[in-house]
Formats: sequence, C-alpha cells, structure tokens
Amino acid sequence: MNPRRLFLATAAIILSGLSAPALAQDKSQEKSIVVSSTTSTTDSGLFTHILPLFKAKTGIEVKVVSQGTGQALDTGRRGDADVVFVHARSQEEKFVADGFGVKRFPVMYNDFILIGPKSDPAGIKGGKGVVAALKTIKDKAAPFISRGDKSGTHSAELNLWKVAGVDIAGADKGPWYKEIGQGMGAALNTASASNAYVLGDRGTWLSFKNRGDLDIVVEGDNKLFNQYGVILVNPEKHPSVKKEFGQAFIDWIVSSEGQKAIADYKINGNQLFFPNAGASGA
Amino acid sequence: MPTDASAIDLVLRADPALIAIVKLSLFVSLSAVFMAALVGIPLGALIALTRFPGRDAAIVILNALMGLPPVVVGLVVYLLLSRAGPLGSFGILFTPAAMIVAQAILVTPIIAALARQTIEDLWSEYRDELAALNVGPLRRVLTLIRDARFSLVTALLAGFGRAAAEVGAVIIVGGNIDGFTRTMTTAIALETSKGDLPLAIGLGMVLIALVVVVNALAWAVRRAGERYAG
Repeated sequence: MNPRRLFLATAAIILSGLSAPALAQDKSQEKSIVVSSTTSTTDSGLFTHILPLFKAKTGIEVKVVSQGTGQALDTGRRGDADVVFVHARSQEEKFVADGFGVKRFPVMYNDFILIGPKSDPAGIKGGKGVVAALKTIKDKAAPFISRGDKSGTHSAELNLWKVAGVDIAGADKGPWYKEIGQGMGAALNTASASNAYVLGDRGTWLSFKNRGDLDIVVEGDNKLFNQYGVILVNPEKHPSVKKEFGQAFIDWIVSSEGQKAIADYKINGNQLFFPNAGASGA
Repeated sequence: MPTDASAIDLVLRADPALIAIVKLSLFVSLSAVFMAALVGIPLGALIALTRFPGRDAAIVILNALMGLPPVVVGLVVYLLLSRAGPLGSFGILFTPAAMIVAQAILVTPIIAALARQTIEDLWSEYRDELAALNVGPLRRVLTLIRDARFSLVTALLAGFGRAAAEVGAVIIVGGNIDGFTRTMTTAIALETSKGDLPLAIGLGMVLIALVVVVNALAWAVRRAGERYAG
C-alpha cells in the first residue's frame, strides 16, 4: 500500500466513524435537555426506568449528568444544565434565592440508612435512633466512611453528627473517620472492603451489588428522611437554558403520570423512591 | 446497559448499548489522535530542525507535558467550555466534541515529543545529504516526516493508548451521559460505583482487547507499507 492510499484509507475510516455519532448528535440536539442530578438517582437505576417513558410521551431526550448535589447545583449555576434534580433542601432553596433557579418543586423521597458490618463492632444494630448510633460509633471509634464530597448524603451525614453533638470536623475527628470524597457507590465499595459503617441512601443500597459483609444497621428514624427536589435553571441568568423542554420535564415528573413512574420503579419488589410532589412542606 | 448481564454476554449478544459505547470510545480517541497529529508532528519536526534560544527548555517542557494529568486537563477544558466560561457560547460542554478537545490536548504533547525525537535522530543521519541537495526548510521537514512515517506510527499509537485509557478528562467534560457521552472508561467507572465489579472488570477486558486490535491493525499496516515502500 503506498503512503497516499494509506493516508486516504485511514482518513476514510476516521470519517466513517465520525459521521455516525455526529449525526446522532444533530438529531438529539433538536429536542433534548441536560439534567444535572445526583449519583444516587443514577446509581440506583431510577433514570433508566423513567426517562424512556418521558421520551415516549414528549419526544424530549433527557441527558443526565450525575454528580454530587453540590457539584450538580454548581453545574446549574454555571448554566451547563437546564434542570437540576437534587436532594439537599437548604442548598436548593439557596440556589433559588440567589436567582439561579426559577422555582423548586418537591418530587419524591426515599430514606437514608445506616449501613455497617454484620459483625456490628459498635453494637448498634436494630436501634431506631440514628443519633444515638452515631454517638456510639464515635465513642467506640468504630470505622466510618464519609462521602466527604458535599453531596446531599454528605450534608445529611454532617447534620446528623451535629445533632449527635459530635464535632466531626474538629476535636472528635479521628483515624476511625475517613472522608473519601467520592460518590455513593464508591463509599459503599470502600465500606464493604474495610468493614466500616457508612450512611447511604436506600435506593443505591438496594441496587448495590458488592455488599460483601455489609447490612443495614439502623433504619426507620424520621431523621433519616431524604427529600428530592427539581428546579429549572433560571433562563434570565442563562439564556441558553431550554426552558420549554426543561419545564415540560418538571411538569411531567410532578404529574400523576410521572409520579406513578417513580412509584413503579422497584428492585426485587422493593420500591426505591416514594413520590410526594403534592405534599406541602416537602 | 442492561443490568444483571455479564460482559461476556454483552459481547456475545453484540449488545447495542455496548456497541454504541465502543464506537463512541474509538471515535473520540481516534479523532483526538488525528487532531493531535496535525499539530504535534509539525511541531515536533519544527523543534527538531530549528535552533533557537531556550530550545532545551522547550524540549524539557514538551517532554514533561507528556505527563499532563487528565483530570486537570478535563477541569480546564470544562471551565473554558462551560456556559459561564469564555468559550461557553459554542455550547459543546457535555458533548463528544468537548471530549475530543480534551483528549487532543492530552495527546498532542506525547505525539510532538516523540515526533521530535524521531525526526531529530533521522536528521542527524540525513543532514549531509539534505544539505548537499540544497533544498529549503519546508522541503526538508516534509522529506524527514515522509521518511520517518513508519516510526511516527509508534508516536500515534502511544497517543491513542493514552486517549483510550484515560477517564479523568472525558468524565468531566463529557458528563458520562447514557447513550451520548458514555465511553468504555466512564462506563467502567460507573459500573464500579454501582458495585457491579464483575461487569466493570469484563468491560475492562473488552477495552484492553480493543486497544490490542487497534495496535495489531497499525502494525499490519506498517508491515504492508514497509514491504511496499521498501
């Protein structure tokens, strides 16, 4: 093969590979939105279940970028997403108050659970009080994995330490407490590998496959309630926001149809998320 | 990608989601190498054949840039392409185009540094001949690139290896969007975080196999070319 033909062949291969995704991109850019959401909604498989239903109804493709809640809100703040779908109410309210979001709609909830090794070195299994359990973990210096990534789950965890009267960022921090700075799945993998306690969301836990010796140790405390909200990024701040499609997504997910789609998502018969768009104060 | 499937099942069934991910990975990394070659080879040749003050420093920096951390490149490209950033109006963040840009930046120094070394070695061999022919600098560069073309394939393969293997840059600028910007490496990261380690490892095997195939093709082309060109 002479060099010129070699070059042409290479160029042809690259161009043929180039055209397929490029065309797909054009098509999807007609009717699509970017939703920045949390690792828990993606890792749990919820979006894989509900988005095809939304697309079938409206023709709008939803591209989900999954990040921790802090980063997901920042993506919205920079105008790189049309909608944010997260779970840290105070951060969400600040996002709207600062003018980056139009309005926050409650969508659904699930709950956090305290997960730990079956051998239960801190002896807290079966208790209902998460605050007492955390205090015991700290007193016994039992290994604990923290997300440490400013996610919704991380904020919830920090809040619980505060309620428990543990100064986790300061005096009470010790080698037993490890911040890994990663997503929910990574935190569960780390806890599983090191037989540590970890605060997680039930959705990710139910779909998680590498449990090793881990099990739920505390659940059902109303302090473990985990509310999700959805917000349209403010088109006045970022004119690139596709407000019609974004609003269509929000309208659908809080409608009875969207809410039913959320309730219908189950793993081994367990419902992962509980729709509550109509609930006041959620 | 369907849950509860092993990587072997996905390959044997030619799972459409897996095929799409493989195609996107190849498309992004090959495009990045192609663009990096357009910049890197001439740049390497230029540094190899010219003498200027600070040339040694330039070579050291170029060589050092081969070790650019993907996550840093990803972050910088993210900030540039973000709507709030200077190039935000293009609207290409979270698209394959952004991933190609990030990988091209990663790969360019690798190709340029390796091309410089190759061409400089060849230059010391050819110097007297080229001087005797009394041709201009552009002709010299083209002649050297032409004669070094088979060795330069190795530089391109090194660049491709880097691009195909990295996850740090593409996950930041692509966003790992299902069916749109999910590549082999970001899919592996996702399956790991889902705790599906067997599937993640299986996908890793598929990726390694792909890289081997690309290298085998390049080797075959080189062999055929050498036989033809002598």
